[in-house]
Amino acid sequence: MRIPLSWLREFAQVPAGATAEDVMAELVKVGFEEEAVHRPTDTLQGPIVVGQVLSLVKEPQSNGKTINWCQVRVVPEGREQTLTGDGIDPSGVQGIICGAHNFVEGDKVVVTLPGAVLPGDFRISARKTYGHLSAGMIASVRELGIGEDHDGILVLSRIGLDPEIGTDAMELLGLYDEAAEINVTPDRGYAFSIRGVAREYAHATGTAFTDPAAKVQAPAVLAGGYGVKLNDDAPIYGKPGCDRFVARTVRGVDASRPTPPWMSARLRLAGVRSISLPVDISNYVMFELGQPLHFYDQDKLSGEIVVRRAVAGETLTTLDGKERALDPEDLLITDDTGPIGVAGVMGGASTEVSEATSTVLIEAAHFEEVSIARSRRRHKLPSEASKRFERGVDWQVANIAAQRAVDLLVELAGGTADEAGTDVGTAPDAVSIALPAAFAGERIGIDFTEEQIVTSLEDLGAAVEKYDGGWRVTAPSWRNDLETKEDLSEEIARLVGYDQIPATLPVAPPGRGLTRVQQQRRRLIQAFADAGLTEVLAYPFVSKAANDTFGIAEEGAPRSAVKLANPISEEQGFLRTSILPGLIEVAKRNHSRGFRDLAVFEAGLVFLPAGQVGTASIPPLGVKPADEVLDALYDGVPDQPLHIAAVLTGHDSPAAASHTPRPWDWADALDIARLAGDVLGVELVVSQGRHQAFHPGRAARLSLRSGEVVGYAGELHPKLLAAHDMPERSVAVEINADVLFEAAADVIVARHISTFPVATQDVALVVPQDVPADDVLTALREGAGELLEDVALFDVYAGKGIEDGRKSLAFSLRFRAADRTLTAEEASAARGSAVALAASRFGAVQR
Amino acid sequence: MTETLPDAAIPNPLDEAAITAAVENAIAAIAAAATLEELKAVRLAHTGEKAPLSLANREIGSLPKDQKAVAGKLLGSSRGRVNQALAARTAELEAENDARILVEETVDVTAAPRRRRAGARHPLSTLQDRVADIFVGMGWEIAEGPEVESEWFNFDALNFKPDHPAREMQDTFFVEPPEAHLLMRTHTSPVQVRSMLERDLPIYVLCPGKVFRTDELDATHTPVFHQFEGLAIDKHLSMADLRGTLEHFARQMFGDEAQIRLRPNYFPFTEPSAELDIWHPGAKGGPRWIEWGGCGMVNPNVLRAAGIDPDVYSGFAFGMGIERTLMFRNEVGDMRDMIEGDVRFSEHFGMEI
Repeated sequence: MRIPLSWLREFAQVPAGATAEDVMAELVKVGFEEEAVHRPTDTLQGPIVVGQVLSLVKEPQSNGKTINWCQVRVVPEGREQTLTGDGIDPSGVQGIICGAHNFVEGDKVVVTLPGAVLPGDFRISARKTYGHLSAGMIASVRELGIGEDHDGILVLSRIGLDPEIGTDAMELLGLYDEAAEINVTPDRGYAFSIRGVAREYAHATGTAFTDPAAKVQAPAVLAGGYGVKLNDDAPIYGKPGCDRFVARTVRGVDASRPTPPWMSARLRLAGVRSISLPVDISNYVMFELGQPLHFYDQDKLSGEIVVRRAVAGETLTTLDGKERALDPEDLLITDDTGPIGVAGVMGGASTEVSEATSTVLIEAAHFEEVSIARSRRRHKLPSEASKRFERGVDWQVANIAAQRAVDLLVELAGGTADEAGTDVGTAPDAVSIALPAAFAGERIGIDFTEEQIVTSLEDLGAAVEKYDGGWRVTAPSWRNDLETKEDLSEEIARLVGYDQIPATLPVAPPGRGLTRVQQQRRRLIQAFADAGLTEVLAYPFVSKAANDTFGIAEEGAPRSAVKLANPISEEQGFLRTSILPGLIEVAKRNHSRGFRDLAVFEAGLVFLPAGQVGTASIPPLGVKPADEVLDALYDGVPDQPLHIAAVLTGHDSPAAASHTPRPWDWADALDIARLAGDVLGVELVVSQGRHQAFHPGRAARLSLRSGEVVGYAGELHPKLLAAHDMPERSVAVEINADVLFEAAADVIVARHISTFPVATQDVALVVPQDVPADDVLTALREGAGELLEDVALFDVYAGKGIEDGRKSLAFSLRFRAADRTLTAEEASAARGSAVALAASRFGAVQR
Repeated sequence: MTETLPDAAIPNPLDEAAITAAVENAIAAIAAAATLEELKAVRLAHTGEKAPLSLANREIGSLPKDQKAVAGKLLGSSRGRVNQALAARTAELEAENDARILVEETVDVTAAPRRRRAGARHPLSTLQDRVADIFVGMGWEIAEGPEVESEWFNFDALNFKPDHPAREMQDTFFVEPPEAHLLMRTHTSPVQVRSMLERDLPIYVLCPGKVFRTDELDATHTPVFHQFEGLAIDKHLSMADLRGTLEHFARQMFGDEAQIRLRPNYFPFTEPSAELDIWHPGAKGGPRWIEWGGCGMVNPNVLRAAGIDPDVYSGFAFGMGIERTLMFRNEVGDMRDMIEGDVRFSEHFGMEI
């Protein structure tokens, strides 16, 4: 909301020298954030004065154009030119070249004299052109930055002005005024008016406020005016769409008269373009009092006005010339011809006021917030009117605003008001709130005095009545946001000042610290970083293709995923089911910036819808839903487990003198997976894996002992790497961290540490090529029995000396007993049973 | 160097002068040996079988009985002197040798390769942990919730009326189909509601996490960002308790000089509501108040939605942006640096914040 200071000054005690910044500094105290300053003099500087064209000589040019060589008087005859400076003629008459032709000798115009600066840092000086010394410029509204009109020179008589020659034109056109722009929170509709802001300024500064509504002399009762019926047969939430409709008629209006500069200047500063006198008046009253108005050309109406809901199939051509299909929920203004406006949102073209209009019917109505909000959204028609109606307009001000418009039409447009008028509807019940005496003090933490409470509330415009133990407060008609004692306590705190609130530190009961899962998550993320990986945070928005490739192991199986209704980009319209697509994007971005040796990781949620998605309805606010309703809400939210994933490209370290970096390979990805298991104390079972995103022969499936799959690690599929323009042999790992957290033991039971000597024995076993080493190792472990402390694969060999289709696996076995030194025979016997089991399972032959 | 001395005449074992001369010869040769190799030759020449002193010693046997003792004593002490000198010189040369090897092994430590990658945490993630730790230190607990959320938890339970402009101002990502009433949470406040439904009273929780708004990415906006939100529900909590908590937190975060300011504002889920500003003495362009977040006393309708009696319990809540905090605390100038994943951004911070 933009507040022209001159307008604010009419109703609030703003100090003479105060700037827009000063006003904003006061308003921020009562809860209006500063947005911007609008000050014409920031880009426009004088001398800019009223001049009269004494003579005008048309001089055709060789380029076909005709220019005017004008003598313009800028000082009244007989008076001295008091301005000095380059190009200022002491005679008071300036010679000026002008290319526009919409003025004649004798016209009073705006002259920007040498030394003036116009918007766009356009500096005016005397210069030679077309064979003359042109000392200044005859200005258009566009050049002055006060309009878009291309029609040429601003001739003052055409905007109803006949000022004295030499008058400061900036003063005349309201260009010394400035506006403070503040942010109005959506609960405070009343502050979308000078009336509301002036009141708030008075609260902030403790100064007097003059209510603009109180200055209007509106008749207490209106009768006999234009016929209006309120006929809402489908109220939303049981509230009638229109509960007041004031209509007034002004006849003999000259709609073609110019809008006086003081009015258009204020509207311009408020952010509204001047359109025509009637439209400007309706906007002016809306900004001043907060009541949106609509003017009809009464001669174009047929029959009485009925306010009703739309009927399916009805259409309306709105003021912007568009035909709109109406929804049965739309509240309409209609006459005998059908719809003539969507109530509170936009009027219809058929009854629009034009230059030819002579009888104006003023509508000042009170519409229900939700109804307006829905129609505005449905038709995508945000307007100054709908903005106010959605937030709530003062029911009581309708009649006053209508009268203010009547007065302005009479005064400025030469109209005559009908005595008769219309005022139908019923006032809503005033909200009465019980405020227990101690409530506000306890909620705010300030020991308010009785006077602070009562004065604050009365200053707001509330009626306060004492009862035993507190006050009964009736909120003012313009404060539809005040409904509860909590609302009132905010108002008291706001007016007394939030800076008066003391600081006390409440003591929480003894806490348990981070939960186990929170600690596990931190440990996991920290372990990845400690292992040399760099944490990144990518967006969770991905394409369908990315989910179908990375989110599911089997090729061709579509991944069920959450689709966004309004994504930022349609292409990335889904939520991720895997972290990898985001990491690959991040890797590519780093590649493009010259970093090819990467190890990046992210821990984040993935979104896995299954079963019930959402709920068909949601329970109302302010009440705890029944258990089964809550359960349905919980169940409808998709599973969102935490995944941790890494992508490694290029080499493990930067190349350096006497150091050859090692290219990352599939085993590095597997190592990171194992690290995740190790830091959480969870055993990961590795097996040959198949996942469409990975190299078919170089991927490991990672599972728990129970068989539950937790993720994959290995080399990414070469085709996929090529398609994504990623370096060959890039590797990746992705793990469902939640499953690991769950699998971690609550308590780790200690193992006995034997101090007896170790007995080490090696064995080489020849097995078929396709037998996984880990399976042989497992057989050895099982076969060796409890004397085996550890077994490790230390060599894999195939080739000379080994039959085709077979390979040799060399293991070292470490034996140790808990209670004695092992004999060589005992160790050999254990080794023998280990080999025997491997032989029986895989046909392993000892080399 | 030869192993025997040329023209080695056998000195008379009784000739003290000749023996002494042989000893001095030997000692001079030992001293002159510059390497362990040379010393070895000297040792053979002067203590070997054919060395003058050895030969003289051998002569003792043929001496008359009464002279044997005299000659034995003379040669014993003489050979002892030579051996001593040998041992001393050996130690000296060995020490020199060891020192030389060390010198020869000198490397240019400034040319060392970087063999291990230094990993890094993302500063948003580190900062989130740090904020959590401050509140855990105050006895608060950390609560979390889903990022795709039911509309009820995100709006209705928080007293956003269905058609109120405040609801639209949240720029919400909705999930298909719209009839399912699912959305991406626009703030971490739904976790407040879940906490109130799931926990016993009193409640002191901090809810950090990702939130989503339909803003295009630019220098100051991102559709995905992080918040942390605090909620306290207890008997007799007031706005003064809110202020005290925020002041304490601000000082933990920014030092003892930190100041905060509350300004009236509006949120559907708090009443009264306030905007929280923090005084930033080190701000670029001079000290000033910086908007940090929103806060207020929990609206009774929010308590009711969770089945908590607002006549018995009251509460306060506050919420701040992690990105915003990082921007002014650590002078990050462009939002895009935080989300693009350029490894230089995280690596600059390392593991700390």
